[in-house]
Amino acid sequence: MDEVVRLSDVVKIYTMGEERVEAMKGVSFTVKRGEFVSIMGASGSGKSTCMNILGCLDVPTRGSYFLDGVDVGRLSADALAEVRNKKLGFVFQGFNLLARTTARQNVELPLVYAQIPATERRTRALEALERVGLAGREGHYSNQLSGGQQQRVAIARALVNRPSIILADEPTGNLDSRTTIEIMSIFQELNRQGITIIMVTHEPDVAEFTSRHIIFRDGEVISDQPHQAKSAALPAEVAHP
Amino acid sequence: MTTLYQSLLIALRALRVNKMRALLTMLGIIIGIAAVIAMVAIGSGASKMISDQISSIGSNLLLVLPGSVTSGGMRSGSGGTQTLTYDDARAIKAECPSVAAVAPNVRGSGQVVYGNQNWSTVVYGVTPEMVDVRDWTIVAGRNITQSDVDGATKNCLIGQTVADNLFGGTDPVGKIIRIKKIPFTVVGLLGKKGQSPQGQDQDDVIYVPLRTAQRKLLGSQFPNVVGSIMVQAKDAEVLDKAQDEVTELLNQRHRIGPNREVDYTIRNLSELLAVTEQSSRVMSILLGAVASISLVVGGIGIMNIMLVSVTERTREIGIRIAIGAKKRDILLQFLTEAVLLTTCGGVIGMLLGVAGAKLVASFIGWPTLISVNTIIIAFAFSAGVGVFFGFYPARKAASLNPIDALRYE
Repeated sequence: MDEVVRLSDVVKIYTMGEERVEAMKGVSFTVKRGEFVSIMGASGSGKSTCMNILGCLDVPTRGSYFLDGVDVGRLSADALAEVRNKKLGFVFQGFNLLARTTARQNVELPLVYAQIPATERRTRALEALERVGLAGREGHYSNQLSGGQQQRVAIARALVNRPSIILADEPTGNLDSRTTIEIMSIFQELNRQGITIIMVTHEPDVAEFTSRHIIFRDGEVISDQPHQAKSAALPAEVAHP
Repeated sequence: MTTLYQSLLIALRALRVNKMRALLTMLGIIIGIAAVIAMVAIGSGASKMISDQISSIGSNLLLVLPGSVTSGGMRSGSGGTQTLTYDDARAIKAECPSVAAVAPNVRGSGQVVYGNQNWSTVVYGVTPEMVDVRDWTIVAGRNITQSDVDGATKNCLIGQTVADNLFGGTDPVGKIIRIKKIPFTVVGLLGKKGQSPQGQDQDDVIYVPLRTAQRKLLGSQFPNVVGSIMVQAKDAEVLDKAQDEVTELLNQRHRIGPNREVDYTIRNLSELLAVTEQSSRVMSILLGAVASISLVVGGIGIMNIMLVSVTERTREIGIRIAIGAKKRDILLQFLTEAVLLTTCGGVIGMLLGVAGAKLVASFIGWPTLISVNTIIIAFAFSAGVGVFFGFYPARKAASLNPIDALRYE
């Protein structure tokens, strides 16, 4: 198994007016291809900052971050945009789909910025929607979908560019427990198919479904252990009244 | 970088969502462009009407009029004497190389009778050249000829107004009318010319042969005298030269020198045209100033709404950046939206402006003139306003921090 992510001694310092906040105080870990990692910690522990850096939305103050062997800390803004587009897929807590836009158009969005021709965009978007179990819903607008379905569209959008990693930031934070299990089972299935997933969560229940736990406190990693993942396979589908 | 086409699709979708707002935002541009188009159309229509009237007098013309003379210490006004003769006219025609045609004429008025109809009108004694010099057309019958002039025949040409009043709808050619009780045969009918720049009806006129008028109709004291001489230059370039030639010739013929004051004046009708053109240029500049003010105001409206739109869509911008949009993709997206707004406004404004101009024109009876140039300039201007006023909001959108943008509620 090769390395996808290597953080070495990453320090991130924010300056807010007079105050200097050290959000990450020398964090190092590596993630291998095909892992399903959860990053946990209380709020303010630095896990969100870590996620932003992993997601190339922010760059480390010190230390280095290699993604697929490339030192992304040294890239220009445009190059970072390209990395986000080609190598990363984002899933957010608030789904973050575009309003008044169909499921398919939402999924196609990364491909638009990658300048993929329309016909190929369409096939790849439909394929990604099928992988998250939304075949046939491609014409629905975001507001016509339930929370779970919206999050699945977001996962399809993260998948569609065949990224090296999917980064999920509290992906189940806005969902009920049943839908949470649904979403986690999709993640597990994608992980079985070989996709690397890094998920930030503060819910231990959700972290149960992952195979490695990294725990943050006060900007440092205090624990990094493999975990026996619980299967999120659902009982047989029950029809809702 | 996304293609312009993609940005256009996104922009269209964004505008569709807020149709009412988009329309209200465009209103400034719509009104601005509509006002410009309408005013320019009406203004240039009006100035075209005026210059048409001026050129209806005839083109490249000099008007030679008798001047003032001093007699016993009293100076008469311009035209107070009868110093120009038919011979002067013929000499100008023969000896000035820049002159194309000469039309001497005498003017009088009289009562005209046909059957039980009568009408008071202006009667000119003219030579056949008058028709060409003044750009008349003859819509029925023929022009008077040189032999009519030489033989002092009792043939005449009548204008439309005279024909309408004496003959109603019937054909006047060949009919005999009485001018000051003398019978004349109508040999030709002049085409319609309309009003002169002074508002006179140019069609209320009768042309008789010059000699006939001099000898039989107007009963002048000096039978060879003419009231004025119209001189047509070969073209506009030699008009000044023609004026010099005529001046020189008349000075010679009238023996103008240190002891004799100039007894004629020459008026150049192209000066009148130049004055009109000058005033319509000033009008265009004023219109342009009004237009740019209204477009600037409209542009500020666009900028305002684009700033609101950027704030409203902060999250969307965050998503796009997170997903891989570059700075210039976002910039292009919002710039396209602004330009789309202004150009849509521009097109609607253009249509309204054209419609408004037509409406006004049909009410006050002025012609309107809508040039392709105006349309192109208006369109380019509205697009330019979009780029100018859309740039700041678009740059604001493009420079958002994705982390903050994603967290924005």
